[in-house]
Amino acid sequence: MAGKAARSLAKVLVVLFFMFPIFWILVMSFQTNGEILSLPPKLVFTPTLLNYASLLVGHLKTSVGMLTITFMRNVMNSFILSAGSVALALVLGVPAAYAFARFKFRFSEDIAFTLLSLKFAPALLVVLPVALEFQQIGLDNTYVGLIWIYQLITLPLILWIVRSYFEDVSPDIEYAYRVDGHSWLGGFVKIAIPLAGPGIAAAGLLAFIFAWNDFIFALVLASGPKQPVTVGALAFVTASGIQYGQIAAAVVLSIIPTFAIALYAQRWLVEGLSLGAVKG
Amino acid sequence: MNDAVATAGKLAPETFRAPRNRLPYLLSLPALFVCIWILVPFFTAVWYSLEHYNMSFPAGRSFAWFANYIDLFTDPAFWHTVAVSLIYVGGSVAFELMLGLGIAMLLRERTLINNAIAVALLLPLMVAPVIASLIWKLMTNPDFGVYAWMASELGFRHFRWASDPSTAMFTVVLIDIWVNTPFIMILLLAGLRSLPSQPFEAAALDDVPGYLVFWRITLPMLMPYILTATLFRMLLALQEFAIVYGMTQGGPGNALMVFQVDAYNEFYQNMNVGRSAAVLVILWAITFVLSKLFVNQWYRLRARNRGEI
Repeated sequence: MAGKAARSLAKVLVVLFFMFPIFWILVMSFQTNGEILSLPPKLVFTPTLLNYASLLVGHLKTSVGMLTITFMRNVMNSFILSAGSVALALVLGVPAAYAFARFKFRFSEDIAFTLLSLKFAPALLVVLPVALEFQQIGLDNTYVGLIWIYQLITLPLILWIVRSYFEDVSPDIEYAYRVDGHSWLGGFVKIAIPLAGPGIAAAGLLAFIFAWNDFIFALVLASGPKQPVTVGALAFVTASGIQYGQIAAAVVLSIIPTFAIALYAQRWLVEGLSLGAVKG
Repeated sequence: MNDAVATAGKLAPETFRAPRNRLPYLLSLPALFVCIWILVPFFTAVWYSLEHYNMSFPAGRSFAWFANYIDLFTDPAFWHTVAVSLIYVGGSVAFELMLGLGIAMLLRERTLINNAIAVALLLPLMVAPVIASLIWKLMTNPDFGVYAWMASELGFRHFRWASDPSTAMFTVVLIDIWVNTPFIMILLLAGLRSLPSQPFEAAALDDVPGYLVFWRITLPMLMPYILTATLFRMLLALQEFAIVYGMTQGGPGNALMVFQVDAYNEFYQNMNVGRSAAVLVILWAITFVLSKLFVNQWYRLRARNRGEI
């Protein structure tokens, strides 16, 4: 009996520790600056939508004048960069994943490991020389350049997760389809891809989350108009200084997409996060 | 690509074999091609690390052999970076492992409430680390932060979180724990729930005490999952940038100069490309060994879960 109560208490403490910061930032985003600054912290207050409104409209009247907020542009940039890099990684990664799953060819494990080890190499080691080179070839601060570099995040993830899904699908159905007179490509498109479909979707969604949450690549390679939310939020704090309500609202807006995807795809998250090694 | 597909279409055995030999290369080539262009800057960085190269004196650029490395190994500031990074990795991964294992044990039974808690705990993992440090920055702000207020109500009147060199490491490790414990928890929970039930039933029949069941049955059977999760976290914690940079940019002073923050400052503040590259190459060498270990562990765990062992 005492054991059961202790376990329940432990669960409450765990939920408090992990949920309270998210709950509190949500509360702050509906408060005026005056309410945020009052101590002890206020839990009873009239919620205001002003913080969100000023982010959406793009400017904010302060005591020192008009402050322009480009945060919605950061949100749009995050969507373009994440969706673009996931799309490219799927086009490149799914055929490669199929090759690694179906064929044992020379250097296959070495190539697969090289691609994965890129994900684990220090990001700055690659991105600092890239910054110098992009300046020379005019790719700095472009979506194309960023989406290319984001392949370091999305491609290994998709390759390794989708590969493990293809390995779980028996090749017999494809062989039967080919014996029926269809081409290899037909078997790949009509049989293998649909059977591994849930895995491909899960890998894509997870890659989207990681691309969305990237900070280091964008910090080095993107300035002002191309910055995603992660860099934009940090810049916003420096620029606005004391507009805590707007900062909290910006934080909430920047985490809503990843939360939505995580809740939608939770069934596949374990398998994705372990790169396909553990079934959820 | 096209003729491989065209010939693969015919089913004559002799034409079937030839494209099958080329096919895997053709399929993986586009992915490889994109990555090879990413490997070029990698080799450029290795080259930089062998040069005297400071962007503020471009004229002084020259080949230096291992001068940057020798400088680093004889500089206490570099050893400080090594120490701070190791403390960060050790502190965050050790606590995340204990906490993650504890929570996984708590949520082991498949009940509605346990599953709901497991899903809710995923949310911090979905917050970008730099955004997580912004959240904690607001909550530990000395003027209005709710955690700063709680600390002072509890009697820690001069607890200054990340702005004090003596507590800055504690603060960033705490944020890392908040973000990444769910990762270890969710892997260990999946592992725990997939363990066969017979050993536990046998132990229950023999009235084996709970702590013995944990140390002698649960922990050894869970070990492949623990190793995989730990290696993965160590790899990423050693390179942590966003949490530290978002919170203090490596300060106060140089209290939190972990590897990548040090390399970033060396590059952008001191303009010392050579030294910055040397720091990153050393970091890469360590992570390469760790990632080799991780991949071997990954294959073992995967083979086990597919019933191949």
